[in-house]
Amino acid sequence: MSKFAKKKDGEVPAVSTASLPDIVFMLLFFFMTVTVMKDSSLKVENVLPNASEVKKLEKKDRVIYIYVGKPTREYEKTFGTEPKIQLNDKFASPSEVGDYILMERAKKPQEIQNVLTTALKVDKNASMGLISDIKQELRKVNALKVNYTTYEGDAFNNLQ
Amino acid sequence: MARRAGAPEVSAGSMADIAFLLLIFFLVTTTIETDAGLDRMLPPMEPPTEAPPIIKQKNIFTVNINRNGQLLVEDEILSIDKLREKAMAFLDNGGAPSGSPDYCSYCKGKRNAESSDNPTKAIISLKNDRETKYSTYITVQNELVGAYNDLRNREAKRLFGKDYVAMEAEYLNPETDDSVKEELKEKVTRIQGLFPQKLSEAETSSE
Repeated sequence: MSKFAKKKDGEVPAVSTASLPDIVFMLLFFFMTVTVMKDSSLKVENVLPNASEVKKLEKKDRVIYIYVGKPTREYEKTFGTEPKIQLNDKFASPSEVGDYILMERAKKPQEIQNVLTTALKVDKNASMGLISDIKQELRKVNALKVNYTTYEGDAFNNLQ
Repeated sequence: MARRAGAPEVSAGSMADIAFLLLIFFLVTTTIETDAGLDRMLPPMEPPTEAPPIIKQKNIFTVNINRNGQLLVEDEILSIDKLREKAMAFLDNGGAPSGSPDYCSYCKGKRNAESSDNPTKAIISLKNDRETKYSTYITVQNELVGAYNDLRNREAKRLFGKDYVAMEAEYLNPETDDSVKEELKEKVTRIQGLFPQKLSEAETSSE
């Protein structure tokens, strides 16, 4: 039986997997550093319209988000089907937008407080009345830079 | 020193498995994509005492959107896909006669005396109903911004042989070198000066 155990010359040694954890850890750290955790779960429907003349929103730390849309099905019973504003994790009325912006602004470092952008993520079926109210509130607190967040695409797809 | 039968080595074989598990978790939760959209500046709240500046009617291009998403442009009904063309014709008109201080040397429009004098004077006024759908509004905004971008592209091509939109994107990109940025800033502001974006939005009213 000993002839089975005998090693032949020139046999390829098994590839060492000792460095596999290192490689995997490297990848792991990469993804850990680039990950941005979603900080608020959406409570409103949020299908954005399309636009072609878009600009990218660089520097995420300089953006304050406002979501607008119809409450999703689980919230329909309590909040109805009219489009609503969502700030952070809760529904809000237009009059609360100003306070929210001031609060978020105060959280940011001093040097970027006056270069903040407000990103309006509005569902395409919302009506302009609510948006106008929000814009008025934004003007009151002097948050004049807004970005209507859209998908990139042909703007005429919105009309169907 | 007699060694004891040393503690058995901890097997590191499962380390890779644990790391993989974490890796997969982060892979799944990662979102790298950046948002994009239409940038706009809201007008500052003006002090109520200040009288609004007087603007000649011919320098204003009015766009009205009603609740059904129909457009009234300069008191005529217009379909939305003609809007860009019409806005460009208005902005690029350059109606001031040569010799006057408002004369526009780079305009390629019809030079109709009834329309805007100069792109720097021309104002687009947008008004919408409270019931207008947001998607319609975005389409109109997109077309108006597009009209400006098309004209700016044309001038940028003529002056610098490059698209304005591309230059601006490069200028705003945080990875661009500072020296390149300086140079771009000058060009971008020059083009913006030729066709300043004067898009006024009336407060939505139900008057």
